Amino acid sequence: MKPLLQSETFVRVAAPLAVGVLLFGLWEVGCRLAAIPVYLFPKPSDIFESLVHNGPSLLRALMVTLRVTLQAFAAAVAIGTLVAFMFVQSRAIEVSLFPYAVLLQVTPVVAIAPLIIILVKNTQLSLTICATLVALFPIISNTTLGLRSVDPGLANYFRMNRAGRLKTLIKLRIPGALPYFFGGLRISSGLALIGAVVAEFVAGTGGRSSGLAYEILDAGFTLDIPRMFAALFLITLTGIGLFGAMVILSKLALSGWHESEMGVER
Amino acid sequence: MKALMPGEPFKESPDKTVASNDRPPAVEILSAEKVFANGTRGLAPIDLSIADGEFLTLIGPSGCGKSTLLKLIANLIEPSDGRLLWWRGEFAQVGQEGRRFAFVFQEPTLMPWARVDANVRLPLELANVANAKAASAVVEAIERVGLSKFARHFPRQLSGGMKMRVSIARALVTNPNLLLMDEPFGALDEFTRNKLDADLIRLWWERKLTTVFVTHSIYEAVFLSTRIIVMAASPGRIFRTMTIDAPRPRDEGFRDSAKFAAYCRELSTWLAEASLPSASGATP
Repeated sequence: MKPLLQSETFVRVAAPLAVGVLLFGLWEVGCRLAAIPVYLFPKPSDIFESLVHNGPSLLRALMVTLRVTLQAFAAAVAIGTLVAFMFVQSRAIEVSLFPYAVLLQVTPVVAIAPLIIILVKNTQLSLTICATLVALFPIISNTTLGLRSVDPGLANYFRMNRAGRLKTLIKLRIPGALPYFFGGLRISSGLALIGAVVAEFVAGTGGRSSGLAYEILDAGFTLDIPRMFAALFLITLTGIGLFGAMVILSKLALSGWHESEMGVER
Repeated sequence: MKALMPGEPFKESPDKTVASNDRPPAVEILSAEKVFANGTRGLAPIDLSIADGEFLTLIGPSGCGKSTLLKLIANLIEPSDGRLLWWRGEFAQVGQEGRRFAFVFQEPTLMPWARVDANVRLPLELANVANAKAASAVVEAIERVGLSKFARHFPRQLSGGMKMRVSIARALVTNPNLLLMDEPFGALDEFTRNKLDADLIRLWWERKLTTVFVTHSIYEAVFLSTRIIVMAASPGRIFRTMTIDAPRPRDEGFRDSAKFAAYCRELSTWLAEASLPSASGATP
């Protein structure tokens, strides 16, 4: 058995955890010593208390945000992959459409969200559209790059063996594009969440289907700062969870062969 | 089967010395030349007949057109003038049973995402060979190159020499009759290279595989070949031909023989002559 400190996984988990505990400890102690009032800057214990106290309503808000995020993410993956396939099929399509994909990327979602919310009656749908617009570009650009980055030697081999377009796509282009695609997924999953929260802020919907952004706005109006932090904490947690899921997915798909997921060289 | 073009008898080059057999030649190159789009003459008109079962090596200074000649034989490029015949026929009938060929590149060019067996299986899949038939062919090809234990490994987990073996297994799996190899072991260390050379010559002998091999190594050429074509540059052409008259199958003992040393010395002299500027314009 190796000593615990030399184990790679132990260090990778324990080191950031230790830093977190230390920071929270300092925060808690600092707030107590300086006697900062809760409505200015709450202690971690206040936030935790609020999290437990407002549990049901925060959880409901989380579900609303998560639903918009996942719908937008799924839509972005589907549309982005499809567009990427179109781009590699024909240079003409790529040349004529790519500038518009860039246009989508550079337009701030805050700026177009009001327009979309006015145009689309269904709030849920309009939020999903906004988040999709934010999450779309990394999928398009990464998948296109991946589908184009074919080993020229292998491409030559496929040509020599008279492989058709479809076979070359399935057996050569798609597997070769996977590392790029998963890179796109990681970026895009985080962006979908950001897009969803930003759109919620703009929409500012009340009532039953309000997400975490509304919780933050509402907590601000009532100066319930611990609740604001609690909602923020949940958003962050969701983002980390999404990113972690993408990392695991990518590891499962690529662990055998791709450098990025190989770990330490044996 | 197509007859030779009228008025195109076998142009007798020094090829006469090759042990002739009654089977038709695998490849005939009939005054084929290659002028590239930018006007450079890659190859002067070349006449060459590659006998069935022969191990032919192309060697020469860089720019002598040996890779161009190999590409012509593989039909990867078309001759600007002249023509080639494969098993006395057009290229269209290549690929039928008994008329297949396989190409091994300088790089192993394996699919990094596929395990060894899936990589070896690729040409069969591209040719839509039935599953059951393909499976046994894959197992046999991997066994032939001595990688049975590594069939479920990914290319990344293999050494350079082993990757090259996978590449060779992938070439053998289609049961080819003509094997074209473009400096396949050029990137390997000498020890691995010698080992693979020995394996290759054993495979060639067992399978009666006509092989055209491009190399930079004099020792490799002498060890492997039944005939060596020395080429010269500007324009690319056949400079001289050497027939290696040594017992087959050859083993490592051949490398230590006086005969081997003599062949190497002579080939080395020829190569030096082929590289001289004064060699330009000499008739083959």
